[in-house]
Amino acid sequence: MKRLRSKKAVERGTNAAIYVILTVISIIWLFPFVYLLMQSFRGEPGQATAYFFPKQWTFDNYIHLFTGEGISYKDGLVKATEVKFPLWYGRTLLIALVVTVIQTLIVLVTSYALSRLRFKMRKPLMNLMLILGMFPGFMSMTALYFLLKLLGLTQDMSTVGLILVYVGSSCMGYYICKGFFDTIPKSLDEAARIDGANRQQVFFKVILPLSKPIIIYTILNAFMAPWGDYMFASLIAFGNSNYWNVAVGMREMIQPAALSTYADSFQRFCAAAVIVSIPITVLFFLLQRYYVEGITGGSVKG
Amino acid sequence: MKDIPPIITGGQIALIVFLSVIALALAVVALLLFVGLVRRRSFREATELEILTMGPLQKFGYRAKRFLFRVPDGAYTLVAVHIPALAKRAWKGICGIFTTLKDALVHGDWKTRCSFAVMGFSYFARKRFARGLLFFALEVFYILYMVLFGGNQLFRFFTMTEGNVVGREEFWNEDIGNWDYRYHDNSLLILIYGTLTLIFTVAFLYGWYKNIKAAYYAQELEEARRHIPTAKEDIHNLVDAQYHKTLLAVPLAGLMVFTIFPIIFMIFLAFTNYDAMHTPDVSNLFTWVGAQNFFTIFTGGIGSGNTQFGRVFGTLLLWTVVWAVFATFTNYILGMLVAIIINKKGIRLKKLWRTVLVMTIAVPQFVSLLLMSQMFGDNGFINTVFGTRIGFLTDHSLLPKVMVILINIWVGIPHTMLMVSGILMNIPADLYESAKIDGAGPVKQYMKITLPYILHVTTPSLITTFIGNLNNFGVIYLLTGGGPLMQEAGSGGAGETDLLITWLYKLVFSYNEYAMASVVSILMFILTAVVSLIAYNRSKAVKNEEDFM
Repeated sequence: MKRLRSKKAVERGTNAAIYVILTVISIIWLFPFVYLLMQSFRGEPGQATAYFFPKQWTFDNYIHLFTGEGISYKDGLVKATEVKFPLWYGRTLLIALVVTVIQTLIVLVTSYALSRLRFKMRKPLMNLMLILGMFPGFMSMTALYFLLKLLGLTQDMSTVGLILVYVGSSCMGYYICKGFFDTIPKSLDEAARIDGANRQQVFFKVILPLSKPIIIYTILNAFMAPWGDYMFASLIAFGNSNYWNVAVGMREMIQPAALSTYADSFQRFCAAAVIVSIPITVLFFLLQRYYVEGITGGSVKG
Repeated sequence: MKDIPPIITGGQIALIVFLSVIALALAVVALLLFVGLVRRRSFREATELEILTMGPLQKFGYRAKRFLFRVPDGAYTLVAVHIPALAKRAWKGICGIFTTLKDALVHGDWKTRCSFAVMGFSYFARKRFARGLLFFALEVFYILYMVLFGGNQLFRFFTMTEGNVVGREEFWNEDIGNWDYRYHDNSLLILIYGTLTLIFTVAFLYGWYKNIKAAYYAQELEEARRHIPTAKEDIHNLVDAQYHKTLLAVPLAGLMVFTIFPIIFMIFLAFTNYDAMHTPDVSNLFTWVGAQNFFTIFTGGIGSGNTQFGRVFGTLLLWTVVWAVFATFTNYILGMLVAIIINKKGIRLKKLWRTVLVMTIAVPQFVSLLLMSQMFGDNGFINTVFGTRIGFLTDHSLLPKVMVILINIWVGIPHTMLMVSGILMNIPADLYESAKIDGAGPVKQYMKITLPYILHVTTPSLITTFIGNLNNFGVIYLLTGGGPLMQEAGSGGAGETDLLITWLYKLVFSYNEYAMASVVSILMFILTAVVSLIAYNRSKAVKNEEDFM
């Protein structure tokens, strides 16, 4: 009896310790985000304050983002030419939407072909993609930049150029989706084939209706990727702020040059971060279930 | 001031590091192969019963022995079975092509033979006009392209900048009464068009071969008095028996243009002298220089802009590997621990803890990274609160490197946590029940069931993460921008936390060192390929793809 109780006490002790650890972890993980939110409402000038909660609350940082203004250390409120946030935001949103549609189609189609159809080049093709994936993506980017420049798809047309680049090699991301298709029993296909369906009908009427989780996972991934891309977007715009996406533009807001010119550069950055994060975060939490299924589903083929 | 020549140059260090990594890998493979060849059959798997009767020490000995014997088996299969098989298949394929051509020439009727010169002729003669027209159009298109444009480009591609050295020349333009520029052969355009023409040529040759094969096949069908498919049947086939062609046409075209072409172009670029001093539309033209760039890196020579490429490459290579190891395994181990404690029986509010962590995934990564770079910046929040000026990300010490790894842990743990949580829920509960009945405590259950299961399932993702970390542009560039800059002269803008990939970005973006950047990326490819080939070969999940069906 005594032993049992002590075992229980030990259990309670470990659980208490775990709660403490989890609380500490939660604070560490949430702290930056709360800080970001607070700073976006801060009215005091300067890059950082020694306190956490702002003393002067204001919406100006959000408003200035859309009016393209900034508070200069020298001249007060001025038109800040490099703040074109609505432009960047619209571009990125447009790119993300188009990329989502095309990339999802390409990934699904490739995965189905590699998972369900049997043809001579299947294995070599998969090996080829594996090898191509090992080249540093950036280096092919310079070659692509020259190619796009030749086709006139940089600067003015850079939205098209960026979409092409994001979508272009998206079939290489077939791996997780194919893993999911592999788990759908083949007998379903065969039954449909016996009923006289051709391979296209099998794809549209048997496989796709069963693949909701993986389709949503693919959509979510495709939609989120263009928001975070810095490398390609900056290269294709080549320094012209009209053609940036949000990531490039927002990094520019917290460069030393901007921080030393504008008293509210960091606050505007935080406001921009909040605006960018809200739709993605909401979307993510709505579809979180599918995302988790995607990462585990894809890796669970042991 | 005159520089004192160092006893050992940075390039030599780079060479030693790089070659020793590869030599080590080769040596291990060779050793294992040797052991495997000598003692391959001398190991006998113990039966379940024998394992149960072993003492703990014996069991450990048995396991170690089995492991040692299995590794050489793997290496043995790779070197003695897979690679020869691959070579044999490739050789067979090449022979097959010529056999088909020979057969078509020797046994073909006049319709088939005419197809050698006029593509699609055989199909025209056999009244299958659609196919015939397609083949013929390909031929016409290719010939027109070569005559009007490609042939010239291809010729110049090999000779490059014959005659002209200067890309842009200033001259007095009478017509506009002002100074004007005259542009000569742009070697960049020549390289691009030449590469494209080479790709077109290969594609055309393939089409030509297909045309002959199809012509001969049609002849055989005719001789056997069997039906040759009509255009309508061909189209019908495209959604059924040949459905893969329909599906993969667009994805593969994208792959061709956006991945394969750039890679070929990049490989060519590595053998030119395209740098800041040789930029076609501003200064001199660039041209072929052979393997000179590779020698520059490996012999510690000094490239353009006085950059000591060898030393920088060696230093960054070392840091890239160290970073990838730390970034991957810290995330993996810590993420797994967090997942396990959250999923422990009796812990409440599981959903809440998970959601908190998932915030980092939901918020776009560049936002969190930029925010972190500000918080830990020289005038950032942390320094302001404590009234210090610690260069978390800018100090010339180990600190920025440690910080980068720590922040990466903050970014990465939630991903591992999510994945491992999902896996933990998938472990069959009856495994634990039977373990409990057999008297296994929680620690034993963990060591015997949970850990092996997770390890087994996540190995492929661990490999992918490791390779991804070798090329992790985002975290480093957005956090530190590669900084602080190396203090030694001739560092070519490289910083102390720069990975090879971020250095590449600077080389191209700020220094126009295109040729050198290509060389570095080829070397990076070799590194990644060696790592992943070894790793993938060891993991069963990739090999036994069909097992799951």
